[in-house]
Amino acid sequence: MSGKRRSAHPPYTYPDYKSSILRGPGRDPIDLDRLDAKHPSSMGVESGVLLAGRFRPGELDHDLTRNARRGGEPLGERLVVSGRVLDECGNPAPGVLVEIWQANAAGRYLHKADEHDAPVDPNFLGAGRCVTDREGCYRFCTIQPGAYPWKNHHNAWRPRHIHFSVIGDSLVSRLVTQMYFPGDPLLDFDPIFESVPDAARSRLIARFDLGLTQPEFALGYHFDIVVAGSGATPRDNHGSGK
Amino acid sequence: MNDETGLPLTPSQTVGPYFTLGLTPEKHESGLGPLITNEIRGEGEPITIHGKVFDGAGEPVNDAMLEIIQADGNGRLDAPGFTGFARAGTGDAVDNSYRFTTVKPGPLGKGEAPYICMIVFMRGMLLHTFTRIYFADEAANANDPVFIRLPEHRRESLLARHVESVDAVSYEFNVHMQGDRETVFFKLPHPIAD
Repeated sequence: MSGKRRSAHPPYTYPDYKSSILRGPGRDPIDLDRLDAKHPSSMGVESGVLLAGRFRPGELDHDLTRNARRGGEPLGERLVVSGRVLDECGNPAPGVLVEIWQANAAGRYLHKADEHDAPVDPNFLGAGRCVTDREGCYRFCTIQPGAYPWKNHHNAWRPRHIHFSVIGDSLVSRLVTQMYFPGDPLLDFDPIFESVPDAARSRLIARFDLGLTQPEFALGYHFDIVVAGSGATPRDNHGSGK
Repeated sequence: MNDETGLPLTPSQTVGPYFTLGLTPEKHESGLGPLITNEIRGEGEPITIHGKVFDGAGEPVNDAMLEIIQADGNGRLDAPGFTGFARAGTGDAVDNSYRFTTVKPGPLGKGEAPYICMIVFMRGMLLHTFTRIYFADEAANANDPVFIRLPEHRRESLLARHVESVDAVSYEFNVHMQGDRETVFFKLPHPIAD
């Protein structure tokens, strides 16, 4: 768990987040590189596989205000959420599958495990996906998710957030995270957000962006995602798709 | 590349309890169809892999998400039309087991054993982790450059066992997050030198 790269990520066990206690691995992961110096494990499946550009979401999949309508529009404040997926060198990551899921405007997930007494929205599923373009850009239309209670501790509430899953070229870049909203007072009380090292927390908070905001229609939030690794590696030899 | 010279990484957060909504949506009537399923199609012997994820108290986890990545039966990652990537959750079956339908991978190189990479996510995990599924009935395990360098008492945790099944050849692979039988988890080689 040593090394600077880990410093962005939460630890596996963060006692204030109670379910992490029994679910994080008990031992440090074994470093594949140090295990086998003679046979560079960069030849292994983990770094040999190329997943960018493999997935083809549907035309409306990126628009959560439209992709689950049943005769009406979802309720809530419309948002445009957009940004770039970049590697550590600042190169755009094209062809990356970005999947999101979230609660509706009332703070309710359309999920059998959600017992929060808040209304379901018949016109809102709360899931979307898209693939980044050549500049590494993604873009979603959605609804401002509501805060909701959970059972981690007394009077526990999750700040408003959107879950993100990112599948880039190599497995080292695999990321699942959550995007939060600026100025949310619940951030100071949320152990999941606070599990992130202090210096890195602000990277999970989207920025309000008037440029992304659509007049008379939707507020814009900008959220860039930096994933591990670099596109500028020898793996590019067979990554061109030709 | 390090934090001083590169862009700082976006931190990980837990996948939470509701990932099925977006990531394994096949059970939902409305909205998105599945983009990534629990099935891999390609050349090779059809197999299924199933198992459970156990937490530190030995209880099966009902909201884990597993992704597998593998070569096809010829040991190829880039065969035309082949995407060796699949995803499954543990919450759909009554016994909280996951299930993949795939093909048995071939070894990537001479002297290596075949294996499948697995990524483990769940509510309660703030950061995912990586493991490998080796096959207990493969003699090549004895020479695999990674497998043989693991502490001997921990190798067992990476072995999928052949089990009797009416349909395809079936393997069982359980993941143990903690304890004496804790699965070996890996830190991946990083393409940028430290």
